[in-house]
Amino acid sequence: MNSTTIFINIFTMSCLIFAFIKDRAKTKRSLILAVKSFFRIIPTVLIIIILIGLLLGFVPSSEISKIVGEQSGVGGVILVALFGAILHIPALISFPLAASLLKSGASIVAVAAFITTLTMIGTVTLPLEIKELGKKIALLRNGISFIIAIIIAFIMGAIL
Amino acid sequence: MRKDMKEKQKKVILRDWGLVSITLIIMITLLSVFPEKQEVVITTSWKFFIEMIWILPAVMVLMGLFAVWVSKETIVKYLGKTSGIKGIFLAIFLGALPTGPLYVAFPIAAGLIKKGARISNILIFLSAWACIKIPQEMVELQFLGAKFMALRLVLTIVFVIIMGVFIEKLIEWSDKK
Repeated sequence: MNSTTIFINIFTMSCLIFAFIKDRAKTKRSLILAVKSFFRIIPTVLIIIILIGLLLGFVPSSEISKIVGEQSGVGGVILVALFGAILHIPALISFPLAASLLKSGASIVAVAAFITTLTMIGTVTLPLEIKELGKKIALLRNGISFIIAIIIAFIMGAIL
Repeated sequence: MRKDMKEKQKKVILRDWGLVSITLIIMITLLSVFPEKQEVVITTSWKFFIEMIWILPAVMVLMGLFAVWVSKETIVKYLGKTSGIKGIFLAIFLGALPTGPLYVAFPIAAGLIKKGARISNILIFLSAWACIKIPQEMVELQFLGAKFMALRLVLTIVFVIIMGVFIEKLIEWSDKK
């Protein structure tokens, strides 16, 4: 357990106590919702965690860093960003995956690009976005998001 | 209608656990063929599992609380009448509240645009909803550290604002033509 874990749990606890004092019925509904979403996300968590173990155990760092490491260049970053844009995994779970990639030789630029496109761009939800907001807005938002994700990633690589 | 939903949910649950079983079988097969890898794979997975299980319940409770407490109506009420710098930050703040998946935000955004809200604010709101979520930032803090999380957050906010304003100008310009 580290300080972040303790902080998150204490913060949530305080919110929960505050909510409980304010409105018991609403708090109960929140907790039911929380339990439901917890069990909905658990299978995906397990899959990603097993994949992380296999990735770190079987794929040598040198291979990972060749594809998404410092020497992979702009092409590697764009490839990872594309992956992030297409993949449809909950963002919450992408962070341990990103951490494991970072540990095994991926560059900050690649990891930042991956997380940013994963969260910002939704290829799966794109049809719905077009339906609700029109082609122009939806395509512009997703397209420009891709470009700014790569810019953000390179700035992060330069600073960190 | 409700029954349909339940059926669908059941299917999704079945599919998810099916995928878990397949991944487990792959892992067990690989580890029995390469027994020398057993230790590193199992300790790595276990370590990530422990780290996840310590924060996941808290994150879910937080999301549940926000989903029930902050209603769609509240968001529409505040976002509908915003303008200027204050409007931009309100859009980011409202988007960052963990109140549901992205597809919930599209109809809210569409309704607000129809009502005459600024396109830039709505786009900033949508993008914030997609990529700046309070519990999500916490998990990022846990796994990638404070520096990474804070820097990515600041950069994302800056660029999302630039994008919102840019797309608004672009759409105004193309409508004029």
